[in-house]
Amino acid sequence: MSAKFETRDIVVPGDLLFEGRARAGDNTYRNEGNIYATRVGLANYNKDRVSVIALEAGFIPLVGDLVIGMVTDIELGQWKVDIGAENEAILTTNDAIGKPFRSYQDMTKILDVGDTIVAKIVDLDRRRTPILSIMGRDLGKARDGFLIDITPSKIPRLIGKKGSMINMILKETRCQVTIGQNGKILISGRNRENEELVVKTIKKIEAEAHTSGLTNRIQEYLKDIKEQRK
Amino acid sequence: MSNNIVSRLKRKKIEEVLEAGTRMDGRDLNDFREIEVRTNFLEKSEGSAEVRIGKTHIVVGVKAGLGTPFDDTPDEGVLMCNAEYTPVAHQTWEPGPPPHGAIELARVVDRGLRSAEILNMEDLGLVSGEKVYIVFVDLYVLNWDGNLIDACGLGALAALKGAEIPVFKVSKKNEVSETDKTQKLELRCEPIPITIYKIGKHFILDATADEEEVADGRLTVTLDENNNVTTLQKAGPVGFTVDEIKKCINIAEEKAAEIRSQAVASE
Amino acid sequence: MSKSKTKAKTKTKRKSRKKKFERVDGRKADELRPVKIETGVIPNADGSAYIEMGRNKIIAGVYGPREMHPKRLSKPHRGVLRVRYHMAPFSVDPRRSPAPSRRDTEIGMVMTDALEPALFLERYPRSVIDVYVEIIQADGGTRCASVNAAAVALVDAGIPMKDLVASCAAGKMEDHIVLDLGDYEDKKGQADVPVAYMPKLEEVTLLQMDGILTTDETVEAVELAIEGCKQVYEVQREALKKKYGMDEEDTAEDAEESEESGEEPAESEEEDK
Repeated sequence: MSAKFETRDIVVPGDLLFEGRARAGDNTYRNEGNIYATRVGLANYNKDRVSVIALEAGFIPLVGDLVIGMVTDIELGQWKVDIGAENEAILTTNDAIGKPFRSYQDMTKILDVGDTIVAKIVDLDRRRTPILSIMGRDLGKARDGFLIDITPSKIPRLIGKKGSMINMILKETRCQVTIGQNGKILISGRNRENEELVVKTIKKIEAEAHTSGLTNRIQEYLKDIKEQRK
Repeated sequence: MSNNIVSRLKRKKIEEVLEAGTRMDGRDLNDFREIEVRTNFLEKSEGSAEVRIGKTHIVVGVKAGLGTPFDDTPDEGVLMCNAEYTPVAHQTWEPGPPPHGAIELARVVDRGLRSAEILNMEDLGLVSGEKVYIVFVDLYVLNWDGNLIDACGLGALAALKGAEIPVFKVSKKNEVSETDKTQKLELRCEPIPITIYKIGKHFILDATADEEEVADGRLTVTLDENNNVTTLQKAGPVGFTVDEIKKCINIAEEKAAEIRSQAVASE
Repeated sequence: MSKSKTKAKTKTKRKSRKKKFERVDGRKADELRPVKIETGVIPNADGSAYIEMGRNKIIAGVYGPREMHPKRLSKPHRGVLRVRYHMAPFSVDPRRSPAPSRRDTEIGMVMTDALEPALFLERYPRSVIDVYVEIIQADGGTRCASVNAAAVALVDAGIPMKDLVASCAAGKMEDHIVLDLGDYEDKKGQADVPVAYMPKLEEVTLLQMDGILTTDETVEAVELAIEGCKQVYEVQREALKKKYGMDEEDTAEDAEESEESGEEPAESEEEDK
């Protein structure tokens, strides 16, 4: 029984992480009694659980995720929404306005093809299609701002411990930032300068997500930029 | 301008930012993104160029070989441009024969070169009516982030500039044989396309894929180094006034020399 | 040795007088051409890789998992892997037509079979993972180099895998079993045996052969090719880790920080994504 790597070692798919009994956590799989990595990332040994903090991972929709997507089609009683998952998501009129479908015209007045929405995944149907809802505070059609993309696996780093990282950015730039678990980020600010700063900061976090001391470095970065502006 | 669904939010923001005289990435309306050009890096190609404009990434290969001339021009060589929209270049691009965009791209770049008479086609003839040089210019798109015509026009010029084609010998009996010599392709001029995109009432250069998606139309103006216009191509279901056309031609005139200077053959 | 002399010698004597075997590029029989791999070269793709193997220059891009169209080609209980191999017209001399050839189709098929065993396709019912390979310059062994790039691109796309897949060919040139045939050796050699191999699971996932070999030579070639695959595997590993070049000391604090922000306390095991 042994760990073959140390926590924070970079591993690639196929690397033997643990020989013997342990719990197989994220981004690992068990084969013939051993645990192997399935994605490239940082090995993580925590008590009796072996996992990999993935550095590259696509978006896996989970119930409860906040996502940002674009309406791509209107069907009877529901809209189809692209959220960058392997299946397109569905939003029914019930989950949009709490009422059943009445007419097509009503539907385009609520949401039309090309609209961007902030939604929550409330279910995954038996075909693993994400079911969305925009009934709720801060959910619904996005009317202002623009989207940028980051690798979904870096979202936790962007949010930070108890939101520490993102709150720091919000405070320094006074922009509204909505983070979708699917890697889409909606940004809206009072001026372009601040919006651009948010974009730069997020891209920096994405590039350095795997390093330590990032929170401090980003704090310094934001401070420096503010100094330069004075 | 694309057939894909365009995000309303995207269009709104891009227009908002244009109203303020700038672009989403902070550029001025007439600024190009960073341009990188590398030539002569393919060994199986007589000429080659790799062009990056921002994240748009293309490779151009020039191949010269023997072929038969067209019936109506028995003494002239043949120039053929082809463009491939490779499916790696964008999530909506699928494998298959070149779609309309690729065909238009190839033809616009081709016309820019051909009308400018960049090559002396008679010099490329070998045996009248039977054997001539065929020069292929293959435009290969590897990553699409807008402004393909300008990138490919620049790439084609750079690749042709550095191309070394085989020297063929024609015997008295009109038999064509290879020698082991090569020669540089003689270029008589240096045409460069500049595409001006129209978004609402704004005109911008070097559109990104997002900007292209929301653009109503575009006008490509290809100019040689003497500022002669060798190609015009208007695209998009929108009208241009005569003043707007003049404005576009002026913008192209001011920019062409700067872009042409990037078409240097690197060692 | 002149022809007249050859006739007079017996077989064994001739062997001992044989000219020292040299490969066209001076490599040893079991030497690989230089390999270089870079990840993330196509910004639009979900994952991508560029490989130079000898003078081969190849790009692989991955999109997916995503919805499969047309729906009738999708499978209800597992994902589909689609690999497309395509050569640029200027990748070879003389120029080839950009239209796909039958060879392209066949190579796409064997590449798909080479990569599929490393994937968890059952996790993506009705979806497709598209791998697009573009040969920018070809110089012998393109299908092997393509598999190498494709495997790295799949990892770069964040698609979970059981193992990497590394590929290399061996063959016979002037009566010697050699590793990694270049273009000349491919064309003039006596046999070509491309192999793809999952290095940790120790399984061969691509195996083809053409030429003439005894059964012993065939096994020798396969084993030599596997050695080549293992060497390429090291380059693949380095390429994947390069992006994250880490030399900082890790502290327990850092691990804690990433733990809380990075990990969902998922209890899933093989269910995991």
